[in-house]
Amino acid sequence: MRRVVITGMGLLTPLGRGVERNWTRLIAGENGFRRIDRFEVEDLAVQVAAMVPMGTGEGELDLDSVAPAKERRRMDDFIVYALAAAEEAVEDSGWKPTDEELCARTGVMIGSGIGGLHSISECSMVMEKSGPRRVSPFFIPSSLINLASGHVSIKYGFTGPNHSAVTACATGAHAIGDAARLIIFGDADVMVAGGAEAAVCRLGIAGFASAKALSSSYNDRPSESSRPWDVGRDGFVMGEGAGVVVLEDYEHAKKRGAKIYGEIKGYGLSGDAYHITAPHPEGRGAKLAMSMAIKNSGLPAEAVDYINAHGTSTPLGDEIECAAVKSVFGAHAYTLSMSSTKSSIGHLLGAAGAVEAIYSVLALRDQVVPPTLNLHQPSEGCDIDLVPLQAKERKVDVVQSNSFGFGGTNASLIMTRV
Amino acid sequence: MSDVAERVKKIVVEHLGVEEDKVTENASFIDDLGADSLDTVELVMAFEEEFGIEIPDDAAEKILTVKDAISFITKAEG
Repeated sequence: MRRVVITGMGLLTPLGRGVERNWTRLIAGENGFRRIDRFEVEDLAVQVAAMVPMGTGEGELDLDSVAPAKERRRMDDFIVYALAAAEEAVEDSGWKPTDEELCARTGVMIGSGIGGLHSISECSMVMEKSGPRRVSPFFIPSSLINLASGHVSIKYGFTGPNHSAVTACATGAHAIGDAARLIIFGDADVMVAGGAEAAVCRLGIAGFASAKALSSSYNDRPSESSRPWDVGRDGFVMGEGAGVVVLEDYEHAKKRGAKIYGEIKGYGLSGDAYHITAPHPEGRGAKLAMSMAIKNSGLPAEAVDYINAHGTSTPLGDEIECAAVKSVFGAHAYTLSMSSTKSSIGHLLGAAGAVEAIYSVLALRDQVVPPTLNLHQPSEGCDIDLVPLQAKERKVDVVQSNSFGFGGTNASLIMTRV
Repeated sequence: MSDVAERVKKIVVEHLGVEEDKVTENASFIDDLGADSLDTVELVMAFEEEFGIEIPDDAAEKILTVKDAISFITKAEG
């Protein structure tokens, strides 16, 4: 069977633009939460979010550098974010073929949880106010989720498989796992894969707030709002951004002398078959996905050193995930480390799985695991090493990254050094 | 240059992101100014908005150059 490795990575998160900048800030315990200043929030129950820093300064997103203003009228921000992360990943990988056959062996699978929510919301208001003749011809193509993959393929000329995962908060992990399978199956040699999300808008905040998914008690203390496993947690905090990796057939990467960050060793997927938003009380789907990824990797469960948890900071989900880990790993649960980087960047929904897979690979590289910020007093039963408050140096040979989404969709990835 | 021509050119520059001197009266939106079919739909909408007129679809299809737009709008306003 073909082996799939990671040869390029790109990040755009509330911690900024760029993989190294993200990692340095993450390990230093910094966070990207602030009071929402992009739109009116006075009438919203939730007034904090983790937002991509915009501007022309170091690590900020300069929109014009990603696409000129004329092009951006054709794209919702989630597509701009995908392009920014894809650009870093593709440059990093050094894989920029121009040969027609090589381009046909290179595909794209970048998903999103919601897609162009802001565009849909804005355009709906235009329709209401001015009628159908004022609806922009760019409205549909700027909102469709697969247009992130479409734009990346147009920019680089990649004519291989062009696909998108859409599985809410598991999107990024599913995109990487499924793209790896396209390589294993021989449909492509290289896949640009990941997730992008830009749902921090009035409608997005209002919708998740109504579903009682968001933190609302920390509007005056944004940096304390995301606190996975802590007794004071009260919901997740919306984040935005994109994570994109370049996946490649191992022999293909070796032959061209590419830098290899790690290997996609295992992938598991499952459904809770339980509820549209609530996780199964016994973590049925979470356990199935984790176990399948472990089995698929061919490694013993005891090999896993670090888990990047889904850990969104919701009252129910965090405890269920911790219990699921204890059930899957038994005594080894007390040897491994697990943290939630959502405590630093919030929940990037469809981008979360891809961003967190990249953080996990960097933990492999540097033998350090990122912290769970604001974890002062863990809930009952959350008694494994959750890396509270500070990053920790430790042996990291095998990492597992969990992502669970609305609808009870679950994905888990296992990655190792090569 | 007429006021209509000025305003048309300003819209074209803004929407297509092209240099002002490229927007000559004979310039074709698609062949000379890099527009695609979606851009031309958006341009027509912008003209309608700016001049407070309605450009029916069959007329819009015939607006291929800057001059076509200026003539149609001048007549419609007339």
